[in-house]
Parts: sequence; C-alpha cells; structure tokens
Amino acid sequence: MDRRFVYILVALAVIIPMLFRVNLPVSVSEPTQKLYDYIEALPSDSTIILAFDYGPSSLAELNPMAKSLLRQCFDNDVRVIALTLYPDGTTLASTLIQEIAEEKGAVDGEDYVFLGFRPGATQVILGMGSDISSVFETDYSGKATTEIPMMKDITNYAQISLLIDLASGSSTEVWITYANVQYNLQIAAGVTGVIISQMYPYLQTGQLVGLISGILGAAEYERLIDVPAKGMLWINIESFVHLLIVGLVVAGNIIFFNQRRREE
Amino acid sequence: MELFGIWVAALLTLCIYSFLYQDNPFYRFAEHLYVGISVGYGIVLSIHQGLIPFAFKPFWAAVTGESLIGLVKLIPIGVGLLFFARLSPGHTWLIRYPIAILIGFGSGVAIPNVLRANIFEQTRGTIEPFAAMHAGTLSGWGVFEAVLMVVGVVCTLTYFFFSVEHRGPVKWLSKVGIAFLMIGFGSAFGNTVMGRVALLIQRADFLLGDWLNLIS
Repeated sequence: MDRRFVYILVALAVIIPMLFRVNLPVSVSEPTQKLYDYIEALPSDSTIILAFDYGPSSLAELNPMAKSLLRQCFDNDVRVIALTLYPDGTTLASTLIQEIAEEKGAVDGEDYVFLGFRPGATQVILGMGSDISSVFETDYSGKATTEIPMMKDITNYAQISLLIDLASGSSTEVWITYANVQYNLQIAAGVTGVIISQMYPYLQTGQLVGLISGILGAAEYERLIDVPAKGMLWINIESFVHLLIVGLVVAGNIIFFNQRRREE
Repeated sequence: MELFGIWVAALLTLCIYSFLYQDNPFYRFAEHLYVGISVGYGIVLSIHQGLIPFAFKPFWAAVTGESLIGLVKLIPIGVGLLFFARLSPGHTWLIRYPIAILIGFGSGVAIPNVLRANIFEQTRGTIEPFAAMHAGTLSGWGVFEAVLMVVGVVCTLTYFFFSVEHRGPVKWLSKVGIAFLMIGFGSAFGNTVMGRVALLIQRADFLLGDWLNLIS
C-alpha cells in the first residue's frame, strides 16, 4: 500500500473528530497533580519563575500548559517572573503572557514581569543565583529591573518559591544541574512528548516536584484548573489518531506474517 | 494585518505538508524560509539582548567617562575577539586561549554539578526506597517497584559492561538489561508519537479554525 494512504487516514482521524467535537474523559496523573498541588499550597504574593524554553515548533504541546499555569498563578495571586533561554521563545512568550494577563486583569510589573532572553544558558542560570538584575538589567520592554515594583524585594533564587521550565530540549536538565543542585531551587517541568521519558528519573528522586507531560499533561492541567481549552480538545482527537496507529500496527503485522507464511 | 498573517501562515503550512506527497519547490521554499528566519531572528536577538547590554553599553559608558568600570569589559571582549584569529593563518594559534578558558570554565562548573545531579542523586533515588522498606513504611507495590528498579539498573549497566565476556550469568543479566532498554525505547517512541501527532492536530486546528473558520 502506498504510504500516502496512511497520511490520508491520519488526516481524516484528525479532521473528523475536530469537526464533530467528541468529549472523552481525562484522568489526572500523579506528576501533574503534584505540580498543581504545589502551586495551590503557595502563599499569595509568592513568586515563581516560568521559563519558556521552547520555540514555535513546540508550541502545540507547551502553549496550553503555559496558559493553564499562568491562569492558576494569577488566580492565586502568585507573582510570575517569565523568561526564556531560547531566542525563538521571546515573542511567543511575550504574546502569550499578555493574552492571559488581559484575561485575568494581571498588571505588568506588579503581578508579572517578562524579562525576555539572554544568551548563554549556564551563565544566565548561575548569574541569577547571585543577582537576577545583574543578568537581566532590564525587562523585555526596556524597564530597569530594579525599578519594577514586584522585583523590589527579589534579589536571587532565595526569594523564588518554584521554577517551572516549559521545555522542548535539554533545558530542564540544565536548570536542575545548576539551579537545583547549586542553589536548592525547587523545580518543576512541562515538557514535550519527545523528552518525557528523560524526565522520570528526576521526578523519582524529587529533583522535580512535578511534571506536565506533553499534550496529555496539558489536558490534565486544564481539567485541574477547570478551564477546558485546546489541551482537552486536542487530547480527544489524539486518542482517535492513536487508535488508528495501533490498528495500522496490528494490520501491518497480520499482513506481514500472512505474506511470510505464503512465501514459505 | 492579522488576516494577512493568517493567510501567510496557512499557505506556508500547506507548502510544508506538500512534502507528504513528494519533494517539491514549494516545500523547499518554505523550509529555507523557516531556517533563514530562525537563524536571523536568533542572531539579532543575541546581539540586542547579549552583545549590546553586556559588552557595548558598559564599554561605551567607560569611553564617555560615565562609568569607568566598563573598561574591565575589555578583557572578555578582547579574549572573545581572539576567536577571529582563526581567519588569519599566521595567528591561528591565538584561538587556543579563548577555547582553553571556555573549556576550563565549562568543565569546572559542570563536573561537580553534573555528578551530583545525574550520578549521586540518581544512585540515592535507586537505593533510598530500601530504607523505607527496612523501616516498614513501604507498601507491597512500593517494594515491587523498588526491587524492579534495582534489577533494571543492575541489568542495564551489565549490558554496557564490556570488560568481561558476556557468557553465563553475565549474558543472562545483559539479556534482561536489553529487555529493560527495549521497554524504555518503546516508552520514548510512544511519547514521541504523541508529541508529533499533537503538532499535526495544532496545525489542523489552525487551518480549519483560524483560516477556514470551519470550527469555532
């Protein structure tokens, strides 16, 4: 069979459930629940860092997580310092934060600040451990970091309750290696499907306090904050595609063994 | 303007997906455009967010007499410029100094932290459940998980132990290690499929929703 028939079948498995919305139940996994509970337990006026360490090629999985996390933080009066170690993530993060801030009535400089991008991941992470304003002298819009109201009582990681790394690459490991090991900063992660397996050892040792895994994790988080959005919609469609893939794998194996038996 | 952006994004998405039929000029155009824009964007941002605030501004402040501390920046700027010595055949040897500094700094900072994050902590995580087991606070399922984890670690490490011939018990331990590796690869592949399908769904959502307005 021409492989292009498979592409057509996959396209249909995506388009049909998208046009005729289907709602399947989503159960919450323990790593996602742990992160949700951790943020819920933070006192109001706590500060977290949200690192947008991904580019447009991973926004399908990570944007829904980022939106849910920001909604939860703004609802709980948890202040957010956003930044990125990826140049591609700068505009993407800025747009997304503004969208959720407008929705929740969060004020720039008081409830959140977007510091933007600085090159040199290791040096940025280590430098922030001493003094955040020495690495980010200004925020993304050019305001001096030391003059931003919510940054007045924040010097370094000692005033940060949690860092959540939204990652499509190895950045979470870098944050763990330098910020967690050297400065004892609590770290959680939201990651793309490709790197989920690499994160589980860190979760088991407690180096990660929680983990949101791919689009499934995004759907789980939307369920936890009770704001169904793209994550829950897409995971339903995803289930149909997975069923099709399993069906194709089974069919492929049956055909293969039948052909081999005939040849023998 | 927003509508124009949606049309450009939709047409470029279709150009990329046209590769599924066969390689064609539309696909190659979109691919080169994406790579070019990504690299260009990254370079401009690195200059504006790195070179200008950390090198140029302090140096300029020192030149104008505003803050002489900026003169200290001449040292890293000078060392960094030695990378360009490679362009002059007679002075290529000068590049050894910035590379030596980079490797020295990188290794010095990384080795203790990486060892603790990836060796010591992982070893602790592997044997710690046995302390709970000894204290009697671990459930039956927890005991099973702890034993399974140690068996997995030992067998997988045995597979990568090449100093002895894989015969007898070592052969069987390494075979069990291969089974654990296969389960790990299967899990990673399954998660990768989930991630890739999510990308397709997001693009389909964009095409059917934002572009064609077929879904709300």
